[in-house]
Amino acid sequence: MDAATATILAKGYTIAIGGMLPAYAIGKIGAKAMESIGRNPESVNVLFTPMILGMAFAEAIAIYALIITFIL
Amino acid sequence: MSIISTPPLAAETIFSIGHLPITNTYLNSLAAVIVILVAGFFIRRKIKDVPTGFQNFAEGLLEIMMEYMDRVTGDRKKTIKVLPLVGSLFIFIMLCNWMGILPGIGSIGIYHIVGGTSEFIPMFRSANADLNLTLAMAVSSLVVVHIMGIAAIGFFRYAGKYIKVADLWKAVKSMNPTKIMVGFVEFGVGLLEVVQEVTKIISLSLRLFGNIFAGEVLLTVLSSIVAYIAPLPFIGLELLVGAVQALIFSMLVLVYASVATMPLEEHGHEDAPQNEHPEALKSA
Repeated sequence: MDAATATILAKGYTIAIGGMLPAYAIGKIGAKAMESIGRNPESVNVLFTPMILGMAFAEAIAIYALIITFIL
Repeated sequence: MSIISTPPLAAETIFSIGHLPITNTYLNSLAAVIVILVAGFFIRRKIKDVPTGFQNFAEGLLEIMMEYMDRVTGDRKKTIKVLPLVGSLFIFIMLCNWMGILPGIGSIGIYHIVGGTSEFIPMFRSANADLNLTLAMAVSSLVVVHIMGIAAIGFFRYAGKYIKVADLWKAVKSMNPTKIMVGFVEFGVGLLEVVQEVTKIISLSLRLFGNIFAGEVLLTVLSSIVAYIAPLPFIGLELLVGAVQALIFSMLVLVYASVATMPLEEHGHEDAPQNEHPEALKSA
């Protein structure tokens, strides 16, 4: 396996794994938010901003993986 | 990706003033600054006591921002102190991001001969798709946050947050073995916080850069494949992502600022995790 093949493989695995786990995290955040809204429908306005914030933080990790994929 | 050309990671230079290269992202950020300046002068020319029109909109925007910031800092005076930094960051980043979606950005350009082949260099490009801009904003914001912390607490007490010599000395003096061990661990944690400052800069800049750059690549590739109706939801996504990333950047700087200017508790190591964000708990 020469360097070019290894680079391509590394890029693929990086974005694959680096995209799976943040997606799982974002799904969990959304699920918990849905649960809270289901239990207490009036909390939508309070919950919305922290949920978006949490999702953006989780997504940032996926963006780091994407940067590596672009750079290599 | 040779069939569809994605925009390059580095911003392309359009021309140079002496030795200073002017890139296409810089032109965009300059345009955003000019828009903000013009809007500011326009409001300032006729300020009325009972606001109407554009002044009303600006005051409403300011009220909403200060309300959000009050929830983190907990104190209106502190909010007003931090507002110039955080508010400008928010408005500038959001304007830059939204201006990057306008038609003409990325498609109006010139053909340059680079290395034997003729390449297309766009004249404008979304400003935050340049790591230079996001890194500069992150570094300067954190420098200002540190200066605010030093101004609020005093240099030696602020440095004592990172190099916890005073607490170690107190723990050693008490001659209690558990406390001495805890003292040494806290000393290590304090040194680790210095590393965390570097991480803050890297994460702030890379988060914004990655989001905007990835959005740009997505829109470019999608528009190369399907030209007409399909890119519409993705342009909407770009709008949302641009606003959310501006909010996140400014809110993070706000949190760092309010943590840095927080007055030190005396023997508060056990209470510190609880006391750090009482404002966040209050808003729930």
